[in-house]
Amino acid sequence: MSTQPDKGRRAFLGTAAGAAALTTVAPGVFLHATANAAPRADAVTDQVRWGMLIDTSKCADGCSDCVSACDKENGLDLMIKPEGATDEQWAQQKPRWIRSVTIKDNLTDRVTTLPMMCQHCEHPPCVDVCPTGASFRRDDGIVMVDRHTCIGCRYCMMACPYKARSFIHENIQLKETAAPRGKGCVESCNFCVHRLDDGGTTTACQDACEHEAIVFGDLKDPGSAVAQALQSYDSVQIRADLKLNTGVRYTKI
Amino acid sequence: MKKMHFREWGIESTRYWGLLAVLAGLAAVAGIAVLYMEHEGHWVTGMNNQVVWGLPHVFAIFLIVAASGALNVASIGSVFGKKMYKPLAPLSALLAVSLLIGGLLVLVLDLGQPTRLIVAMTKYNFKSIFAWNIYLYVGFLVIVVAYLWTMLDRKVNKYTKTAGTIAFVWRLILTTGTGSIFGFLVARQGYDAAIMAPMFIIMSFAYGLAFYLLVLMYAFKADGRELGDAILFRLKNLLGVFVAAVFYFTVVYHLTNLYGTENHAYEAFILLNGGIYTFLFWGGWMLMGLLLPMGILYHPGLGKTRGGIVAASLMVLLGGMSAIYVIVIGGQAFPMAMFPGQTIIASGFFDGVNGQIASYSPSLPELLLGIGGVAVVLIMTFIAIRMLRFLPESLADDVADPHHVKG
Amino acid sequence: MMASRKIITSLLTALTLLFVVGLTYAETGVKGTAKADSLESCVAETPFMRRNHFELILHQRDITVHEGIRKTDDSLAGCVDCHARSDAAGKPVAVNAQGEFCAACHDQVAVSIDCFSCHTTIPGGE
Repeated sequence: MSTQPDKGRRAFLGTAAGAAALTTVAPGVFLHATANAAPRADAVTDQVRWGMLIDTSKCADGCSDCVSACDKENGLDLMIKPEGATDEQWAQQKPRWIRSVTIKDNLTDRVTTLPMMCQHCEHPPCVDVCPTGASFRRDDGIVMVDRHTCIGCRYCMMACPYKARSFIHENIQLKETAAPRGKGCVESCNFCVHRLDDGGTTTACQDACEHEAIVFGDLKDPGSAVAQALQSYDSVQIRADLKLNTGVRYTKI
Repeated sequence: MKKMHFREWGIESTRYWGLLAVLAGLAAVAGIAVLYMEHEGHWVTGMNNQVVWGLPHVFAIFLIVAASGALNVASIGSVFGKKMYKPLAPLSALLAVSLLIGGLLVLVLDLGQPTRLIVAMTKYNFKSIFAWNIYLYVGFLVIVVAYLWTMLDRKVNKYTKTAGTIAFVWRLILTTGTGSIFGFLVARQGYDAAIMAPMFIIMSFAYGLAFYLLVLMYAFKADGRELGDAILFRLKNLLGVFVAAVFYFTVVYHLTNLYGTENHAYEAFILLNGGIYTFLFWGGWMLMGLLLPMGILYHPGLGKTRGGIVAASLMVLLGGMSAIYVIVIGGQAFPMAMFPGQTIIASGFFDGVNGQIASYSPSLPELLLGIGGVAVVLIMTFIAIRMLRFLPESLADDVADPHHVKG
Repeated sequence: MMASRKIITSLLTALTLLFVVGLTYAETGVKGTAKADSLESCVAETPFMRRNHFELILHQRDITVHEGIRKTDDSLAGCVDCHARSDAAGKPVAVNAQGEFCAACHDQVAVSIDCFSCHTTIPGGE
């Protein structure tokens, strides 16, 4: 449709405008100005495996800093109870990525508090059962839901041994840019993948825990804090008998 | 045995259209319920993050299980060569198709993203039994329609045995797949059992045949066609055998669970202190679904009355719904054993604090959807038997019974 | 005969041009407050973007979710950041609202988009 009398001039202007536009627009794409803010340009590989060690002896009873931090980071605190729902209903239907669980030993009455979230298994049952493959394990060990493909069948929620997944039961008005969320799909803790993909190395819950109960990092890097902690402390997987090789380990349960 | 003639369902027009109108009304109300649930989101249902599958799934699984069993009557004729069952075959295949479509409809309309059905049809994770089920269910429809064609079209009659055998094997795989939806879940104590697959198969035999009996008896009665004792008692005895088999599998399932200490808590929940689930297990699954029907069907007097057979079939169906409810919802309500040897005394996400079971109460939209599914099944069945020759003209003893002795 | 045919052809051309030009400049929000308003083109040439932007978005979403790649021109957040306008008070207006950027074409071609039932419609989230 357009005639181009002077292709050379147009091409130059186009490139210049494009470069100028890119320089103007690009910073808006970088949402987290962390110290090594460099959005990933190459695909993730299995050279890295993200994992966590939770020292339950450091987890304080009654503290929910990790929960609040996760809610804020991932837009869960933006969710509002639908008009007409009861408080009880809302409590049972609203999503939760991390939660605090307190357990008492049946024999010794010893009480332990710990945060529970998606365990990012190496052999996740949720990935096995998802009919469309929306629930998947990324090469770097993060187990998450591709919500473009999720049809909301909730089979993964049935299958998860840790009750880690949540279903979105209502229309969402307010969303975080880094944490899109919509009615009818399933989601769970994704180790703050938006941070990791933007060059970060910490999760919101880890940063928030003042008691340093949560240590997060690359399990395959022998120099990382989490790898070294796993070497020093005796740790267990929750429901180890299922042999899922979880990425999240706990000490002193 | 006289030559069998098939004729369209001949009840009076007003009655037929009245019936369809009522069923269509139920289906329409279900449609409205679906639009409401889809528009608002699942918060309007009783389902939550603890009990993620509710009443619609109970209906859907029940209809799908019954669908595969409804084909039994045809299989006995085609695959196992029992001539007496051959005139019964077309209705059997028809019911299999309509029950499956009704069940799938309910299942699909409860998805969180039902508009993404295309995604479900194009992206597959073949480790998931759900993905296999999509192929199994659709394949079943195609195969049964082909099977029906071999029954109704004289030119391809000779392929009936082949088609019937394929259909028979296919639906065993299909029902195994349906049972495996639960059997493959390692996470929950109520599931993770290999017996779920064969138990679902035997349940399908019972529910499918009960459904078949009720539709056959109603269709014949309404149209003044004779249904002789020879056929009827054969079917009712068969139902008795299937119900007894379900009873056996139920007992084995629970006894096996009871043997291992790790499952004692779950068994106590189902058998003793699970509230509604215990009530539905003993009252619904066992009493109404198994013991009472067996009592009636094998009773020398009651078992030979039409009323008794209808009552027994209805009870089998209602008992079957209770069984699926206990399995699907009870299995989710029971808290998962994440910390063996410890008790959860507080949780931010309803992890079964102090053994408390998850709460679920069915909501109206869910119930309407389920009922709508049943209505769709009946609409399809009634239209089909009205428009095409699915029903034999008569199943009187002198016509249908190969061993009939005049006198 | 020839004259009337010429008139009809030019009328049709004019209408088509108006339509296309109208598409380009069909706005009901506060003009000029979006970053894209001052640019000729950015990610790619405008005609290319009009025909293929969904391909870019669909391709990129898989790359971002499954491979973690976020250094890209094709991110949806980037689109929103650039194309969302602000109202008179300076508050960002949803990019898919009536009369705003996405709706300008999508209403015309009657293609509904599902992105924003999950993704935020204003730069910076919330």
